[in-house]
Amino acid sequence: MPNMSLTKLPMPAQDPIERSHNFKEVTLGYTEEMAVEEAGRCLHCKNKPCISGCPVMVNIPDFIAKVSERDFIGAYEIIHQTSSLPAVCGRVCPQESQCEAKCVRGIKGEAVAIGRLERFVADYYMAHAKEDIKPAPSNGRKVAVIGAGPSGLTCAGDLAKKGYKVTVFEALHLAGGVLVYGIPEFRLPKAIVQKEIDNLKNMGVDVETNMVIGKVLSIDELFEMGYEAMFVGSGAGLPNFMNIPGENLKGVYSANEFLTRTNLMKAYTENSDTPIMKCNNVAVVGGGNVAMDAARCAKRLGAENVYIVYRRSEKEMPARLEEVEHAKEEGIIFKNLNNPTRIVGENGWVTGMECVKMELGEPDESGRRRPVSVEGSEYILDVEAVIMSIGTSPNPLIKNTTKGLETNRRGCFVADEETGLTSREGVYAGGDAVTGAATVILAMGAGKKAAQAIDEYIQSKN
Amino acid sequence: MYKIVEKEPLNSTVTRMVIEAPFIAKKAEPGQFIILRVNADGERIPLTIADFDRDKGTVTIIYQIVGKTTMLLDQLKVGESLHDFVGPLGTASETDNIKKIAVVGGGVGCAIAFPIAKKLHEKGAEVHTIVGFRNTDLIILEDDFKKISDKCIVMTDDGSNGHKGLVTDALKELIESGEKYDEVITIGPLIMMKFVCLTTKQYGIKTVVSMNPIMIDGTGMCGGCRLTVGGETKFACVDGPDFDGHLVDFDEAMARGTTYKEFETREREEECHLLGGAN
Repeated sequence: MPNMSLTKLPMPAQDPIERSHNFKEVTLGYTEEMAVEEAGRCLHCKNKPCISGCPVMVNIPDFIAKVSERDFIGAYEIIHQTSSLPAVCGRVCPQESQCEAKCVRGIKGEAVAIGRLERFVADYYMAHAKEDIKPAPSNGRKVAVIGAGPSGLTCAGDLAKKGYKVTVFEALHLAGGVLVYGIPEFRLPKAIVQKEIDNLKNMGVDVETNMVIGKVLSIDELFEMGYEAMFVGSGAGLPNFMNIPGENLKGVYSANEFLTRTNLMKAYTENSDTPIMKCNNVAVVGGGNVAMDAARCAKRLGAENVYIVYRRSEKEMPARLEEVEHAKEEGIIFKNLNNPTRIVGENGWVTGMECVKMELGEPDESGRRRPVSVEGSEYILDVEAVIMSIGTSPNPLIKNTTKGLETNRRGCFVADEETGLTSREGVYAGGDAVTGAATVILAMGAGKKAAQAIDEYIQSKN
Repeated sequence: MYKIVEKEPLNSTVTRMVIEAPFIAKKAEPGQFIILRVNADGERIPLTIADFDRDKGTVTIIYQIVGKTTMLLDQLKVGESLHDFVGPLGTASETDNIKKIAVVGGGVGCAIAFPIAKKLHEKGAEVHTIVGFRNTDLIILEDDFKKISDKCIVMTDDGSNGHKGLVTDALKELIESGEKYDEVITIGPLIMMKFVCLTTKQYGIKTVVSMNPIMIDGTGMCGGCRLTVGGETKFACVDGPDFDGHLVDFDEAMARGTTYKEFETREREEECHLLGGAN
């Protein structure tokens, strides 16, 4: 008899006031008892709609069945057949718009907490399993992966499982991509990312950091070095600015810079060599997950008033509901339907941001109601720092140094949706470098499809 | 790992270091830069490539001890390694179609000016170099510059080498005496580059500057290195570091350069105490 509770079993979390002063993980995860209880809510539908909502097609009902049987290691093994980073996905996937959106229990009540269960299973495995990962028997073929973010790591893992000798080239000094420079410690502990990367290394994957492909080596040179195919997962790292007056004052950051200083360079720790401005009043411009991350980091770095300034209303906000709620609980102040018009300063430092109030008009091309400014409603928000979090574009380094690699007008690589094949034979691409800024799991899905296609391509060569 | 194969002090605060980095050495061009970290928790700092040897697989950097990281860097000995060394970043300096050039360097910036001057000399251009230092004890690379220059003028602020004055004085004198330059390249402190540009603007001589702002990744990701050039925002790391000096907003660049001054002074002092040095 399934557990017929209409609501998800809540996951324990740190107290909002306490956590807004530390960088420890916000949510604490299910206990074994909680996991078994929540697993009991799954109806094990015959047509398994949840799986179709997952970009990497995790066999959700089967892993949940194993949780019900208390075979947590068995549950992990099922997830791991299709997902290479379960502990990451269990934390940062937008399940509410993917697997959980398709869950039958969601029709009347809340969906099964698939994400929380996935996280529990992955954490249990990390804590309890005796890992004995060995490289698969080598097939002697070399593949290069460019970028050690979610798509690249997934692609590398899948190819290594098939016996390929995979080298991942990473531009930064640390592998992980957005998982290490972007998503903060309190949402995704870096020890978990490191563990997943160590697992890949144990599978025989080489990770070469400090290698900016396009600069130190070109795609053509990689082919000359004997790599038979490559996967480009170079992400969307170029920050957008608003091009309003005052944007180059001291105290204006891109979210990328603010988060990289905080997360990758650990500016939040006492003895970090990398500085970051610590201010009392901070405005974050934008309404996505990155904006929420930046705002919550600013709060944890000691800011008293942190504002989210977003030009549409909360309904249009692209951030996950859970992130918005966590931010509110931590005291982030939402200034929706407000748009910055200029940043003002004194002696080169930010002293405030002029905003104009907005109202919603007719729907625009994105289907969301277009925000229109209310004439004469300008006012100055007193802040000493402004963090621009209005999106990123793909980095042009590889595009500019590789012949025959087609990109669209936004600078994204043109790649086949099913295989990731670009306009050049043997070169595959996926993740944000193709789609523009999107989610970790979509990037992983693209890495997975490309690994399959690369395998077929190399096998078909002889 | 990025082994230090040579280390030589050039003056009391400036050191030349040769690093094993074969991949970078193969691709490096004058005007490009690297980013390094001394240790696992260290900050990333950009330094312009001072020289490279493709056969030996080495890259030369010249740094001035200005903060905690350069202080830690200076503690390393030959045979030891840097934790991280990434490059070559940025775009190379443009050296085509230049027949006669004035290269104007100031202080440690001369280390960056040298490979560009050398390349122009090797390509057959007539190279005049004007290099400036605070005093005669701080002069670096004088013999190197002389070797590759058709004319080389070394100035000191206090006149302790016998040539008192600013680089702009010497440049003006050369131009006034009838020297016709296709271009002026200037590398050094922002304030010096600003005044070199103001000087050359009067004569309508194209002037290229090399910017070295605060940055983290050096690949276009953080945007910390942005500056205004001709009214547009540019990233020094990918669009530069070379820019048309007559279009650069130097006052803004100078302001941005001081963002972490207080933090840096504090860090430096702490490090001095730890290392037992006096400062």
